[in-house]
Amino acid sequence: MSLLRYESQVRAPLVDGTKDYHQVTEDICRPVEGKPSRLWWIGFLISVALLIFGIISVTMEVTYGTGQWNLNRTIGWGWDITNFVWWVGIGHAGTLISAILLLFRQGWRTGVNRAAEAMTIFAVMCAGQFPIWHMGRVWNAFFVLPYPNTRGPLWVNFNSPLLWDVFAISTYFTVSLLFWYSGLIPDLATLRDRAKLKWRKAFYGVAAFGWTGSTKHWQRHEALSLVLAGLSTPLVLSVHTIVSFDFATSVVPGWHTTIFPPYFVAGAIFSGFAMVQTLLVVTRKVLALEDYITIEHVDVMNKVIVLTGSIVGIAYLTELFMAWYSAVDYEWFAFKENRLNLNSPYGWSYWIMMGCNVLSPQIFWFRKMRRNLFVTFFMSILVNIGMWFERFVIIVTSIYRDYLPSSWSTYYSPTIWEVGFYMGTFGLFFTCYFLFSKYFPVIAIAEIKHILKRSGENFKTKMNKEEEDTVTQFGEHHLHDHH
Amino acid sequence: MAKKKFIVGNFTDEAVLFPAVKKVRRAGYKLHDVFTPFPIHGLDKEMGLRDTSLHTAGFIYGITGTSTAVGFITWALTIDWAINFGGKPYFALPAWIPVTFELTVLFAAVGMVLTFCWLCQLAPFVKKDHFNPRSTDDTFVMAIECTSSTNEAEAIQFLQAAGATDVKVETKETGWWLGSYANDKMRFEK
Repeated sequence: MSLLRYESQVRAPLVDGTKDYHQVTEDICRPVEGKPSRLWWIGFLISVALLIFGIISVTMEVTYGTGQWNLNRTIGWGWDITNFVWWVGIGHAGTLISAILLLFRQGWRTGVNRAAEAMTIFAVMCAGQFPIWHMGRVWNAFFVLPYPNTRGPLWVNFNSPLLWDVFAISTYFTVSLLFWYSGLIPDLATLRDRAKLKWRKAFYGVAAFGWTGSTKHWQRHEALSLVLAGLSTPLVLSVHTIVSFDFATSVVPGWHTTIFPPYFVAGAIFSGFAMVQTLLVVTRKVLALEDYITIEHVDVMNKVIVLTGSIVGIAYLTELFMAWYSAVDYEWFAFKENRLNLNSPYGWSYWIMMGCNVLSPQIFWFRKMRRNLFVTFFMSILVNIGMWFERFVIIVTSIYRDYLPSSWSTYYSPTIWEVGFYMGTFGLFFTCYFLFSKYFPVIAIAEIKHILKRSGENFKTKMNKEEEDTVTQFGEHHLHDHH
Repeated sequence: MAKKKFIVGNFTDEAVLFPAVKKVRRAGYKLHDVFTPFPIHGLDKEMGLRDTSLHTAGFIYGITGTSTAVGFITWALTIDWAINFGGKPYFALPAWIPVTFELTVLFAAVGMVLTFCWLCQLAPFVKKDHFNPRSTDDTFVMAIECTSSTNEAEAIQFLQAAGATDVKVETKETGWWLGSYANDKMRFEK
């Protein structure tokens, strides 16, 4: 049962300031129990406005068909599937933080896991919109499920990557939701027991499922978290692997490549961490949680960004090299003429991708830059722009010129309703995030208390007094210990 | 599901709680439960609780998912309506790995969470009696059940000597009922 026991002696404290258990509760519950600030209202209303724009855009699309989008005979997947892959990828960082880092016993995940998991759920909700509305006749969307029907029954094609996607995304959403909510239950009980207002008692009373904190229940809760983490780890790898299969199992030059699964997974974690940074740099400031989401947390996440960014960079170069080395004319044409060539219609998008994803994150080799909040915030936006272009490059530059030059596409640019749909998912995402940050504890209260006596600043200094000594002092104090 | 009498003591430090649990058990008191704001590793062993079998349940749910997926797809694509996809075999097992894997994870996760809720009696609108509302904040609350042989005054003194503060004799409901935390009405008892 020693899930999070290991704590490096050289690691800086994960919880700053002099805290006891009650202070932790107070600090994290304060934003939930207070009135929303003016800044919160402004952000929330902008998000709702974007959401409404998205709803109008989708209504247009459903009413008049996918012709409302500028897709054409050659480019059947444009912004829509780009956005789908982008949002799914963003979700992956939440699972990485909550599951994989739990298995690796990384204590620092505790400060950020709750918000990152919430981000996962909202991002997957946004991602799911795209394939669903892309169907056109959305009222037939249930055709993707294997249900007994009057057409035979004619079953879905279990050999198809698009069907694998249906199972992968829906399983991913369900498991992430269960993992997140089962972790939330004890913290909701804390809010319930502190509640003064009647509606709060009732609301958090229902939400906390009658949690009491019994030792037996905690024992089961720990077992559940560990197994869900163990299940989520291969799950998260499978999800983006399967998304990459949508492309890799085809015979389109630029898609038909075995490097896609690891390349997609690394890219997903890369973009997801960028989104976590975007959200947390703002959240910690607005909700005054700098003691819990410290500069140390920002630093380690930037290290993950530079690592995964470099993996993505190597993948780009590998696929480029392989396109040339394979000596397949079509493959090399797709890379040389459709991507590398800056004068080709979409050449610019390839170089934006390279610049944002490979070159700019290298700045995080410098400790000073990793610990600079403005640089972090700016870079997190840049990375997500780059990762959006990565999917755009993969999708559009591969298919706008296919094997037959006579069917090469005219220039594809999105309509207002395509853009509106994308903006609408930002509205959905941030509406959910604003509601979450107001009504739920954005930091896992119980988990912070669990690591407090090992990683809290006031406890840590007491524990490691020897570490503060210089070598000479250490010698003076301990030289005669072992005689 | 009955109202019982308990001696309830509060602790603020795990370092005091652990020896207290040991003393209480050694003295032969009937330890009902310890309510804590966060999981305390080793406390379950100290209290003499056995390990949970939730992992095993998860494994069984998982293989149920695996066999459901393989069984159903095999039946649908080879027996019920076999379709030739590009000349590939009807029984295309490698192509079914993704769906099989996803269903394994889905069954294991959903099954485990439901089992967890069932065992711990957790559900929306479920209400339980509280020994001390601070037990979800910063207090470790120990409850000793009063049996016919328990001398209450002696037990209170014993707990105080073990480091507990604010020790009281209280009557509490041990089961759950449907109700709101906003009022004291018991809408409907199990």
